[in-house]
Amino acid sequence: MHTAAGVEACLPIRSDMDLVWVRQHVRQAAARLGFGLVDQTKLVTAASELARNTLVHGGGGQLEVSLVTADGVSGLRLAFSDSGPGIPDLERALSDGYTSGDGLGMGLGGARRLVHDFEVESVPGSGTTVRVTSWVGRPPRPREEV
Amino acid sequence: MSEGFSRPVAGHVPVLRLGDVLLVTLQGDLHDSTAQQLQQDLSETIAHSRVTGVVIDISGVEIVDSFLGRVLAEIAAQAELLAARTVVAGMRPAVAITLVELGLTLPGLRTALTTEAAMELLAQPIVSSRSGGLRQGSP
Repeated sequence: MHTAAGVEACLPIRSDMDLVWVRQHVRQAAARLGFGLVDQTKLVTAASELARNTLVHGGGGQLEVSLVTADGVSGLRLAFSDSGPGIPDLERALSDGYTSGDGLGMGLGGARRLVHDFEVESVPGSGTTVRVTSWVGRPPRPREEV
Repeated sequence: MSEGFSRPVAGHVPVLRLGDVLLVTLQGDLHDSTAQQLQQDLSETIAHSRVTGVVIDISGVEIVDSFLGRVLAEIAAQAELLAARTVVAGMRPAVAITLVELGLTLPGLRTALTTEAAMELLAQPIVSSRSGGLRQGSP
């Protein structure tokens, strides 16, 4: 069970300058919560990938940062949302090597491997929301799950 | 080309020339546009200055995402076509762990643990990975 402790911040994602703010904000929030250096780096990298998706594929949007707790463990939840065209084929978008834009096709599938919980809601024509959560001190997910 | 190091502002990354090598030091959080500008500038600088090597020091870079990873790989590929070798130096362990998990292992990118080791690597005779190998001076 997740108990959301409220939205900590809401950041716009409209330009590559905003991507820098997103990374800095997520790093500071993760450090404050007590994430180790490797876990901070993973979460910030995932945030960078997802924020870039929001910007490039979603035409811009926003990031909502929430502090969550479950069974006494703290976590950071990041929700990236846009009102862009949506993702027509989610399964394909999550597979490695798939790209519809400028990159190496690691965006969505790669970001999923860097966090503990990952969910996508996408409605073709009205937008996409990607929600990821990482928990302080929890080991990475076993490979076969990812 | 600029002299000395400074904190990069948008659109500018200092590039130093040390003999036959260009030394680029990336620091902090790079804007996408700054990384792309660097990619363009470096190709032109390599062609003009006829250097044989490029060292990119990323010890001050906290994260490398797929965008920056792609820029580094493309810089190396462009340099290779302009007859210069690229070595990426000083990647932080947390960055290496994250890149592999992200699925971005960047094969073909030469790395060294420090800038000094990168310079030594470039000073060594070429063990050609490309069939070209024109630098070795064919008879």
